[in-house]
Amino acid sequence: MLKQIEGSQAVAQAVALSRPEVISAYPITPQTHIVEDLGMMVKSGELSPCEFLLVESEFGALSACIGSSAAGARSYTATSSQGMLFMMEAVYNASGMGLPIVMTVGNRAIGAPINIWNDWSDSMSARDAGWIQLFVETNQEAVDVHIQAFKLAEELSMPVMVCMDGFILTHSYSQVDIPSQELVDRYLPPFQPRQVLDPSAPVSMGAMVGPEAFTEVRYLAHHKQREALKLITEQSAEFAELIGRDSGGLLKEYDSAGKETVVVTMGSVIGTMKEVLAGMREEGHSIGALTVRSFRPFPIEALQEALKDARRVIVFEKSLAVGMGGILANDIRMATRGLNLEVHSVIGGLGGRPITRANLRRMFEKGLNDQLNRIHFHDMRMDVVNRELEREKAQRLSGSAAENILSDVGMVAAAKTI
Amino acid sequence: MSKESVIQKKPFAVTLDVGTSLLNKTGSWRTNRPVYVDRLPPCNNACPAGENIQAWLFEAEEGNYEAAWRKIMEENPFPSVMGRVCYQPCETACNRVKLDESVGINSVERFLGDQASKYDWKIAAGEPTGKRVIVVGAGPGGLAAAYHLRRFGHEVTVFESASKAGGMLRWGIPKYRLPREKLNVEIDRIEEMGVEIRLDTPVDDLKAAMEEGGFDAAFLAVGAHTPKSLDIPISGNIPVIEGINLLRDVELEQTRYLKGRVVVYGGGNTAMDVARTAKRLTGFTPRVIVRRARERMAAHDFEVHEALEEVVDIFNLRTIKEIRGNTFVLEKMVPDDSGRPLPTGQFEEIEGDVLVMALGQESELGMLRSLPGIEVKWGVVTVNAGMMTGHPGIFAGGDMVPSERTVTTAIGHGKKAARNIDAWLRGESYKTDTKHQIVTYDMLNTWYYSDAPRTIRPTLEVIRRQSGFAEVIGDLNEENALFEARRCMSCGNCFECDNCYGICPDNAITKLGPGHRFEFKYDYCKGCGMCATECPCGAIEVVPEEI
Amino acid sequence: MPQLPESKQKVKFYQTGTFTVGNRLLEQDQRTVQATIDRSNSLDSGHRACQGCGEALGARFAIDAAMRATNNQLIAANATGCLEVFTTPYPETAWSIPWIHSLFGNAAAVASGIAAALKVKGRNDVRVIAQGGDGGTTDIGFGCLSGTFDRNDDVLYICYNNQAYMNTGVQRSSATPAAARTATTQPVGDEPGNVFNTGKSVPLVAIAHQIPYVATASVHDLHDLELKVTRAMQIRGARYIEIFVPCPLGWGSLPGDTIKIARYAVECGMYPLLEGEYGEITAVTKIRRRVSVADYLKLQRRFAHVFKPGNAHQLEQLQAIADRNIRRFDLISREGDI
Repeated sequence: MLKQIEGSQAVAQAVALSRPEVISAYPITPQTHIVEDLGMMVKSGELSPCEFLLVESEFGALSACIGSSAAGARSYTATSSQGMLFMMEAVYNASGMGLPIVMTVGNRAIGAPINIWNDWSDSMSARDAGWIQLFVETNQEAVDVHIQAFKLAEELSMPVMVCMDGFILTHSYSQVDIPSQELVDRYLPPFQPRQVLDPSAPVSMGAMVGPEAFTEVRYLAHHKQREALKLITEQSAEFAELIGRDSGGLLKEYDSAGKETVVVTMGSVIGTMKEVLAGMREEGHSIGALTVRSFRPFPIEALQEALKDARRVIVFEKSLAVGMGGILANDIRMATRGLNLEVHSVIGGLGGRPITRANLRRMFEKGLNDQLNRIHFHDMRMDVVNRELEREKAQRLSGSAAENILSDVGMVAAAKTI
Repeated sequence: MSKESVIQKKPFAVTLDVGTSLLNKTGSWRTNRPVYVDRLPPCNNACPAGENIQAWLFEAEEGNYEAAWRKIMEENPFPSVMGRVCYQPCETACNRVKLDESVGINSVERFLGDQASKYDWKIAAGEPTGKRVIVVGAGPGGLAAAYHLRRFGHEVTVFESASKAGGMLRWGIPKYRLPREKLNVEIDRIEEMGVEIRLDTPVDDLKAAMEEGGFDAAFLAVGAHTPKSLDIPISGNIPVIEGINLLRDVELEQTRYLKGRVVVYGGGNTAMDVARTAKRLTGFTPRVIVRRARERMAAHDFEVHEALEEVVDIFNLRTIKEIRGNTFVLEKMVPDDSGRPLPTGQFEEIEGDVLVMALGQESELGMLRSLPGIEVKWGVVTVNAGMMTGHPGIFAGGDMVPSERTVTTAIGHGKKAARNIDAWLRGESYKTDTKHQIVTYDMLNTWYYSDAPRTIRPTLEVIRRQSGFAEVIGDLNEENALFEARRCMSCGNCFECDNCYGICPDNAITKLGPGHRFEFKYDYCKGCGMCATECPCGAIEVVPEEI
Repeated sequence: MPQLPESKQKVKFYQTGTFTVGNRLLEQDQRTVQATIDRSNSLDSGHRACQGCGEALGARFAIDAAMRATNNQLIAANATGCLEVFTTPYPETAWSIPWIHSLFGNAAAVASGIAAALKVKGRNDVRVIAQGGDGGTTDIGFGCLSGTFDRNDDVLYICYNNQAYMNTGVQRSSATPAAARTATTQPVGDEPGNVFNTGKSVPLVAIAHQIPYVATASVHDLHDLELKVTRAMQIRGARYIEIFVPCPLGWGSLPGDTIKIARYAVECGMYPLLEGEYGEITAVTKIRRRVSVADYLKLQRRFAHVFKPGNAHQLEQLQAIADRNIRRFDLISREGDI
């Protein structure tokens, strides 16, 4: 059914269609609307049977899901930013135990400085946590991928994060097709746990594993994720066949085949990019794009195939490994080793910095002209940075760099006048 | 979902099957090993009759009175009598003294003995052996021996010079302490087992008697009935009576000669009995002259205590120097460093109408003359550890051998002699079990025992005791007896409280079920020793592991 | 009010009453779960706890009692700590019940999740226990614990209190008593050992959550402990039981003295046995044979310094704490109120 609704609401409905049995909720912007909607559905009886737990923290939120999933209940929660960090210990734990929890991450920056706007720092911080991480482009895809995520998680017995850009998707209204319950039920069978806490067949879950078996445990998790690559493709195809929409999968190409320059990114930003790139192609530039849908597992082979003809890759990402550079870029470099191509790492959109058609176009042009450094900070105000660097050089004790920068850009003064 | 599918699909290493820790034999950690032991409870150790007190209290605790009684009867055929006349060394030894008060073992024994007569419980004789044993003397020692020998299946004939069986139990212990029907019922029970008692039949020549009757062995327990004499210068015609004879005359109800102010000479149990009897018969306060200090008197403490309660004047550290008319001249004594009383040359005088001598008795051993090898020293017969005299097949016990002269000791002798006679008749020698370690209070964990003051025996009012011969110490009713039995801490012997089984952090003890106690699983026992610390009764010992 | 064990009655007398694990003189139903041959042995042999481990003991006591109370329909969530490490090192588990270990600080939340799963599946017959040591409960797990209490989730949380972080090598927790030596409160300086006037009583904090049932228990009084666990399992909603479990390794005591030390802790007034319901203390277990705090401390090397010259004031302060407990919780029977 087509609906003009907020992204969070759409996700909530998709989750509800997936018949979760336990949902834990803790408020953090920008995922809050999702669990609010789910809470209302549980309270009204629309979503039943389902237990809705109002926990005391994100740590408790995911921990409750660990318990409920281990007890055989389909379990869901959502988080963002600091919340993700607060639950991080449980993030690793859920995957280590192979519990098929689905969690939405409304992607948001991590402080300090505290910042509520979108980038991918939060889910990137859990990059190596053993979860499957699926990035979505649109709210429609968010709906579809959430439904797929439950199937994937439960098939693999591995938790899945659905990463959607905070505010840009979670808080935007768009037309979304919500599949019927009947179709979702056909796609997604009831949860058949691979292990369950059951007095009639007791097991001990979460053993301490020493050096004698830890490597094997880790390898098996890795192996399972590599296996997941195939499964993601299959389940996406199955979804397309049943519901009639191509959503999810490992990656999605936007006229990238055979192009000299390929922009690689994830999430919603492709929406803006593809318009810019279409214009540039019309102007004769050999440039296309692709988005990584499955960040973990990382689709190395699929990327190699997709990029085999490219000469230049511009990786645009809303995440930064401080002291290193682009996280996605690094993975792309690894994945494309042996291919004859130049990989440029572009870091942009941090903390919600707007990404516009204009500034994207400028950056792409630089790329086409071989003017991009290996690491490029998109739309960064060099004058501000340089002033601060000068100041630091001049006086060793220069106060908070963040405040100085805010002062430079006029924010402190503005705040003081209010 | 099915068990099988869960197990098959569960993650490697992170999820484990139950029961797998049993593969880890933590017993290898152990440097100390707990072992179950049966230690010797102090009561058992102290009992002259060798009663297994803890064991029969164990039965009594559960209300299994007949089983308890039968446990006593394995060692002592006189529970009803014991419960009245035993001087209770068991209670003195009882570890519970240090917690609150000793267990009233004696009163429970009496209850059990009286239950037996109430319900007419019997003891069967053993399978006939064809052997014949003569017992001389139907006192407690002789009857005990006869009883045990009969249980072994031997034919037993008891020769008794007096007109009734019982010996000192009848002639030396007043009715108010031992009602005669209680005595009779226990003697009757022995007779009913097939023991023949020939009354008024003194044995003058043992050898002749044995040959005549075709006896294979003999047990002698003639007691000590001849009063010891002491020359006291007496001027005047004050009556002088032997205490032992007085008690016999009381039994025969021929005591009209006892009148006025009685002076008793002696500090033993007989002296106390005489004094208390005199109090009842004369109405005057008797005076007891005792050479030794109060704390060194031969009489048992409780007897002195009861006598004093009934108002008897005891003059300690005095001897009777002479008697002039009704005036008794007493010499004061002082104890030397070792407690022995020494004369002081200081005198005092008291008045009295009758002198009762209660200075102890000697045995009459004339019948042994015809038997070679029997040694008599200090008026008593020498016996070996198996109660046998120097003459093979002739055994002796009770007051006629060197020992403490008490009823319970005599009964113990009877049992011991019977066991040795039985072995001797079979051409063997009787072997005693090795003695276990005695349980001391510090081996117990008394926190576990409920707080329970000793049941106060319902004692008759003192005033009522002074005019008659009603039994002074009352009975426990069943409720009280059960209560009293359950005060037993079961020193050194597992009473299946389940503590070890329950408190083992390693679940390394198997409970074998009621009556079967427990077993250590040494595969898992780490040797922490908590079971030993928390065993209330000290029945677990921790020993170094053999490596 | 829970029914008093019969040994506390005056009239009947059964040798050891209900002080020992079993007592052949009592009716079967008056004996403990631990006295039975068919107890579940939820925590079985082969675990790797130290010799004389109070926690291993307390855990079997509590879980077996809960198993009995729930007809063996029980799931446990376990915090990280000794109990977890010594029971489930791959490839062996000592648990015979469905059991999960997740993290140090989330046992309560995991248990809440399990309870939610059971509820949604209509399995009201299966009950949930969360358990952990004092560190996992009073410190790192405190947030989740409070959340479970706050939501009144149908979870019994059992804290095995051995008064420090034992698994990591005996560091101070908020349950460490004053003056105690730990690796992080060494007996040096003017105030050796753990600082006075610090720490918290989670049982009282739990009571303040107004949850249906809170109790403290000790491994030395099994009847009392089982009674409390059983009672807890008869109630729906969030419940908390803290069990005092001496640690021979961390406390420097003899492995065989574990129960004795627990007994002394209670009998000196240092560790009051309480019950609370809906925000109020409803019962206390009276001291039976009082001992001095010094008697209790002497058995443990972690308090050795309080007996050294110059530290007498510490002993006095500790005795004052016990005396205050006795007054505050009315731990000594007045005449006639047994």
